[in-house]
Amino acid sequence: MAKNDLIGGALWDAYSKKVSERMDNPTHLGVLTQEDAKTKNAKLIIADYGAEACGDAVRLYWLVDDNDVIIDARFKSFGCGTAIASSDMMIELCLGKKVQEAVKITNLDVEHALRDDPDTPAVPGQKMHCSVMAYDVIKKAAGIYLGKDIQDFEDEIIVCECARVSLSTIKEVIRLNDLKSVEEITNYTKAGAFCKSCVRPGGHEKREHYLVDILKDVRTEMEAEKLKENAQKSASGELSFKDMTMVQKVKAVDKTIDETVRPMLMMDGGNMEIIDIKDTGDGHIDIYIRYMGACNGCSSAATGTLFAIESVLQQNLDENIRVMPI
Amino acid sequence: MQKRIYLDNNATTMVDPKVKDLMDPYFCKYYGNPNSLHKFGTEIHPAISDALNKLYEGIHARNEDDIIITSCATESNNWVLKGVYFDKIYTGQKNHIITTEVEHPAVGATCRFLESLGVKVTYLPINKDGTISAKQVQEAITPQTALVSIMWANNETGLIFPIEEIGAICKQAGVLFHTDAVQAIGKIPVDVVQANVDFLSFSAHKFHGPKGIGALYIRSGLELTPLLHGGEHMRGRRSGTLNVPYIIGMGEAMRLAVEALSYEQNVVSKLRDRLEDALLKIDDVFVIGDRKHRVPNTTLVSVRGIEGEAMLWDLNKAGIAASTGSACASEDLEANPVMVAIGADKELAHTAIRISLSRFNTQEEIDYAVEVFYKAIQRLRNISSSYGA
Repeated sequence: MAKNDLIGGALWDAYSKKVSERMDNPTHLGVLTQEDAKTKNAKLIIADYGAEACGDAVRLYWLVDDNDVIIDARFKSFGCGTAIASSDMMIELCLGKKVQEAVKITNLDVEHALRDDPDTPAVPGQKMHCSVMAYDVIKKAAGIYLGKDIQDFEDEIIVCECARVSLSTIKEVIRLNDLKSVEEITNYTKAGAFCKSCVRPGGHEKREHYLVDILKDVRTEMEAEKLKENAQKSASGELSFKDMTMVQKVKAVDKTIDETVRPMLMMDGGNMEIIDIKDTGDGHIDIYIRYMGACNGCSSAATGTLFAIESVLQQNLDENIRVMPI
Repeated sequence: MQKRIYLDNNATTMVDPKVKDLMDPYFCKYYGNPNSLHKFGTEIHPAISDALNKLYEGIHARNEDDIIITSCATESNNWVLKGVYFDKIYTGQKNHIITTEVEHPAVGATCRFLESLGVKVTYLPINKDGTISAKQVQEAITPQTALVSIMWANNETGLIFPIEEIGAICKQAGVLFHTDAVQAIGKIPVDVVQANVDFLSFSAHKFHGPKGIGALYIRSGLELTPLLHGGEHMRGRRSGTLNVPYIIGMGEAMRLAVEALSYEQNVVSKLRDRLEDALLKIDDVFVIGDRKHRVPNTTLVSVRGIEGEAMLWDLNKAGIAASTGSACASEDLEANPVMVAIGADKELAHTAIRISLSRFNTQEEIDYAVEVFYKAIQRLRNISSSYGA
């Protein structure tokens, strides 16, 4: 969020000229009939995608020749301006291509083709889903022509339809980069940057996978793996104090105190207990202790005794330990 | 020069030039803080008092009641809901609020926020008439109910809710009753006493006053924890230095709106009906809700086969401003809930266009709008995959 995002509503101003022009005068609007197919010795394919009940629907007509080439195409649309413009551009991108090639056209290709200049998006983020429908209807038409399901054209589960980001990619970047927030996922992959339906339930469209859930699941898996690895290292004595969990740290400090420090203190009628352990974030580990018995109020508790305890812990566990008597 | 015809008055309205004229001296000439002791402050008091009088008279509030100036109806709505939360729910006395499924987000989203704090909220579904019946409210009230919050008129359909009946039921049940009246003031008579209203929100920009100022009516004797703490403005009920010119503007706008009520009923409604009648001559065009039960300026039109936002695009190209509650750029893609409740199929619900007139619209404008609608319907139905394909 920044200054430029604070004033909403200028949605149509963010459309490229090409989007506006194609909304006003779509160039490939219309229908194709069996008669057209017969005249051109081609096969007629009609595909519907979306639903009027959802506010967006498109019907695609293809004439495909014997070489699988789309020789003519038209569309009809129940949708907003961007849906109409995207459908129109989608037709243009299909024309002259083999069906097997056309099926590779994505919504990103449609949106890029609608840009006035390469660096400025043709539509605002929340309108990207309109171009996705253009992509989906091509798959539907290709499926009808090739006798396949729409899913057969997807190798992977797509989480963000707008940016075409797969589930496996999202999981991978979370792991590789130790990502902790949805914003970080968006920065790394663009997933969730456009219509935001995939971020969490309640957006534009219902989705099967949401970034918040994926992040939570992967982070849970990562934590479990880390603990498992930690336990294995701990068992084999390879675990450094710094990498221990808090419970392990408390146990390690207690063990060292029991074995090395406490007997020394008790000889003089004193004792101590650990109150808290904190990672300071600047590389230090602060251990808060409370003196008991004769140590409490002893003149060397803040000097010699403290230095001795700190030295023992530093030598045995970690050189960055600081002991803080309270 | 391109025409500019504004038919989106339920979103906001033009400031009446008479309102602006009355506000003008309070920017540069009489700019003192009314809370100051010196003359720069005190000389403003009569004008503020006059403005408040106009507000009180406008909604028939009694002198013992309070009308507290806020920044907008959203603030007023938030204040009532959160204030009642702190007064009745946080203290453990009660734990239930009743509202409707079709409230403005200033009420709906605030209720959902309160739910996250543990409040039980009942969202009454609207009936086939597009409103809520008093019986529905009565059946939903429990001993735990702290507040009923129901709009006076719906912003999308213009349908008027039975506020007087609901007010009587709430009074009888000893439950606080709040109504968001932003779409009622200046369109139909509003009488807080007759309707047994405890709290009523309104906003100046909906009745030809300035944007960024509103008010909350609080019935005499009722306490409400303030939303804004700070100073002693408005006797500590709402802190923040008074927005003097806007208060004066809101008062005058209220006076003019009340004065124009019969014009709304007799002239604006006829313009609206003229537009509706012309559109209804086209095949598969529908208007939502009985005219008799609607505010006089509003019509929600559905044109089968044309997605609402596409229609807005064409209207806008011709210089006409209207709106749609189900644009696919809006927060979600769900169909207009009011229309679905009334029984429209979901496709039709995505075609709804809200046209809302004001006393500044003319017959010439309406006739031009009809012409534009006819052309747009022809063009967009030709594109449509669901109409005549």
